Amino acid sequence: MKQKNLILISAIFLVLAFIVGAFVYRSQKADAAGQAYQRDKTSYVRPHSPGYGHPAAKVDIVEFFDPACETCKQFYPMVKELMAKYPNKIRLYARYTPLHQGSDTVLKMLAAADKQGKFWETLEAVFAAQSYWVSQHRARPELVWNHIGNVGLDLARLKADMELPEIANMIQQDLADARTLNVKATPEFFVNGKPLPTWGYEQLKTLVEDETRAAY
Amino acid sequence: MNSSDRAQDPFSWTLVFLCWLLATISTLGSLFFSEVMGYAPCILCWYQRICMYPLVLILPVALLPFDRNIVRAVIPLTVVGTLVAGFHTLLVGGYIPEDMKPCTQGVPCTEFHINWFGFVTIPLLSALAFLLITALLILAYRRSSP
Repeated sequence: MKQKNLILISAIFLVLAFIVGAFVYRSQKADAAGQAYQRDKTSYVRPHSPGYGHPAAKVDIVEFFDPACETCKQFYPMVKELMAKYPNKIRLYARYTPLHQGSDTVLKMLAAADKQGKFWETLEAVFAAQSYWVSQHRARPELVWNHIGNVGLDLARLKADMELPEIANMIQQDLADARTLNVKATPEFFVNGKPLPTWGYEQLKTLVEDETRAAY
Repeated sequence: MNSSDRAQDPFSWTLVFLCWLLATISTLGSLFFSEVMGYAPCILCWYQRICMYPLVLILPVALLPFDRNIVRAVIPLTVVGTLVAGFHTLLVGGYIPEDMKPCTQGVPCTEFHINWFGFVTIPLLSALAFLLITALLILAYRRSSP
């Protein structure tokens, strides 16, 4: 009986040590990431990254997204709702992360739309029509054209801009930053440089709430 | 038989218990490296895990009550683990040339994530754990012979 208890107590102690260790490690790492972010935002936000929300907001949400990713589409209204809860306090930055086949072409479309100042309108149209142009996790960019007609884009200019090397470079840069920041899936969020402790909307909400409270 | 074994030699029981502690610490440690710190395990790490993780579940069966035959049964696992970990340690240390490494393209086995005091790497910790567990298990098996 004593032996049984010894094993049981050791097991509980070791598992608890693991959990506490994981918690301490993650929070220290998040703090370090937050401090590094305040010093240098280079890998998180590039000059070409489309931003949404008040430019002087003190809380940045950086989202690595793929237009063909269904979860990114589901998160989009939730993130906007979160931003509406703290008006003018949050700014959202979109980073191009083509993880699906064919997504890079759709991202080129979005980056070219950004040159016309219509990135977010186009993104909303692209997300709304997602089930029409994504099948079996494969993007079919040629079908996207049917769904962005009402955004008010100069489509001839958009097509020409999509071929610009600077647009391709933006996507390459974002992919390189995703690797630097260890982004392996979309959507991946950083709030003032801090990654989510574990992936999920509740975790994002809590992190945004904490950062907003700390900043204002 | 079982209960008399235990009564005969509490020292063997303690040895196997220590092995279980070592195996559990190694298992949780490797999970900490991969799941918390985010280091992807290479293929050799996986072979070592295959030899280490079962000990966490099997050794308690050998302890409650003490059963030297189960101790005997897990020794092949720990010997193979020692060999793989030893090979991995030499690979990381640069004692075995690159072209001999049997790794896939994913995560190179020569990459090391920790380097304490200039020589302590994850495979070295693994090799020491396997070696110690193997030695203690053999000792416990011998000592408890009826």
